[in-house]
Amino acid sequence: MTALIEAKNLSRFYGRQCAVENVSFNLNKGEILGFLGKNGAGKTTTMQMLCGCLAPSAGQILINGIDLLDQPKQAKAALGYLPDTPPLYKDLSVHEFLHYCARLHRVPRQRCAKAVHKAEQRCGLESVRHRLINQLSKGFQQRVGIAQSILHEPDVIILDEPTVGLDPIQIQDIRQLIKQLGEQHGIILSTHILSEVQQSCSHVQIIDQGRLILTESIAGLNRLMNTERINLRTRLPVDIDTLKALNGITAVEAKSPHEYIVHFHTKAAVTDRLAACVLENQWGLEAITPLKKSMEDIFISLTSQTHT
Amino acid sequence: MIFTIARREFQSLFLSPLAWSVLAVIQFILAYLFLTQIETFMAFQSQLAQISHAPGITDIIVAPLFSNAAIILLLVTPLLTMRTLCEERRNKTLTLLLSAPLSTTDIVLGKYLSIIGLLACIVAMTGLMSLALLFGGELDFGKWFCNLLGLLLLTAAFAALGLYLSSLASHPTIAAIGSFGLLLLLWIIDWKAGLQNQSSDVLEYISMLHHFQNLQSGLLDSQDVLYFVLFCATFLILSIFRLEYERLQK
Repeated sequence: MTALIEAKNLSRFYGRQCAVENVSFNLNKGEILGFLGKNGAGKTTTMQMLCGCLAPSAGQILINGIDLLDQPKQAKAALGYLPDTPPLYKDLSVHEFLHYCARLHRVPRQRCAKAVHKAEQRCGLESVRHRLINQLSKGFQQRVGIAQSILHEPDVIILDEPTVGLDPIQIQDIRQLIKQLGEQHGIILSTHILSEVQQSCSHVQIIDQGRLILTESIAGLNRLMNTERINLRTRLPVDIDTLKALNGITAVEAKSPHEYIVHFHTKAAVTDRLAACVLENQWGLEAITPLKKSMEDIFISLTSQTHT
Repeated sequence: MIFTIARREFQSLFLSPLAWSVLAVIQFILAYLFLTQIETFMAFQSQLAQISHAPGITDIIVAPLFSNAAIILLLVTPLLTMRTLCEERRNKTLTLLLSAPLSTTDIVLGKYLSIIGLLACIVAMTGLMSLALLFGGELDFGKWFCNLLGLLLLTAAFAALGLYLSSLASHPTIAAIGSFGLLLLLWIIDWKAGLQNQSSDVLEYISMLHHFQNLQSGLLDSQDVLYFVLFCATFLILSIFRLEYERLQK
């Protein structure tokens, strides 16, 4: 099966400034990929490149196996995009606007009404369908933007900060909707809210200063968070199985014959036992250093590492 | 796809008061000028009757009416075209079109056709007004048709240039001023040649007025028609390039 999105070595320069540097990733069906990054990290630029609004300076984008740059029309047919500012014609009513979008996305005329109706239903827009977009609140405008991006049932949905400006209940609804959509489509969503990624995504990518610094599944991320890690340095190689047998330790990775990363559950205080074990076996303890834990810590540490 | 965009744009022109007020104002001014022209004709009618091969009402009333309409449209078209691409970019709605499965050509031509639609309405109304002369006399329909075609081609050229400037400018007023200035320059560019009593072929060829007047005289020359067609094509292609360039550069 081909990946829905295959981005290969994407780079983008604005003049001499590099906004995105050598970013590669894949998105498969049924995945919800959260794109995390600080302001100005390159999230929006990457998304604009994926949607064909911006041509990459270097690299290749395949959507459903079709090259976005060579065959933009065919490739874009499988795309739904919500930019950071929802693109709305404010002098139209919700219904008229969605109809126009459906036509733009080549939904056949006889299926338009049905598609628009379904999108309105999914985004809770039925009560306002005949109102002018201009008169709607920001939250509703955001929903119209989301409706616009899903109404032609695209394989790939790209949402740039979809929950900005919504109240907490609406945010819950939208997250629910995203999860539901994620079962049959591939979704990329960008945000700078960490908990949002934890709640709605299956995979996470952290981008900083134009570079991808972490690609991880949400399970992997949770493991990073629920477990603590210790960096262990010894003079002699250790027996990994002996360490693993210690109560509370979940995994041991060898970085080199003298350096190991030990994962363990937060609750179990294993530092003492670990040290005792190393001493007992006379492996020559040199250093024992605790590593980061919370998602914020991971995020901050990853983004600050690249600064230094 | 082109027609989907064009229809939406055309409808939204009529959703705002803009199209209606433009139509009303132009119609009012033209009607006034039309009546003064008829008055002039009435005053000279007895003298004209004595000349053999005297100019008819088509030359005395219809041609000046279309010239006046051309000058008014020179002022108005930049106001109609200024918002087309510029406003989309300012409101960030251009991304909707760019991320949809459309080519830039579809976008530009769609926008262009919507403006042409409105301009065609104005031209048709001018044509209808001159047909009112049929109540009291006869028209030379060949010339009438040439005038109509000339005005349509001329406004199509105005719109193409206006659209291009709208794709360049960051603010609608800049697009309007820019396209108005350029159009006026192209309108008057061969006046200097006339003053010094030496005609420059190049300037004469560039001048829009020159080609328009040729058509107005009832001479349907392919050279003049081609001038306008080339003019429109050039600026439309430039607009398409400009949008493509934006995707690359930004």
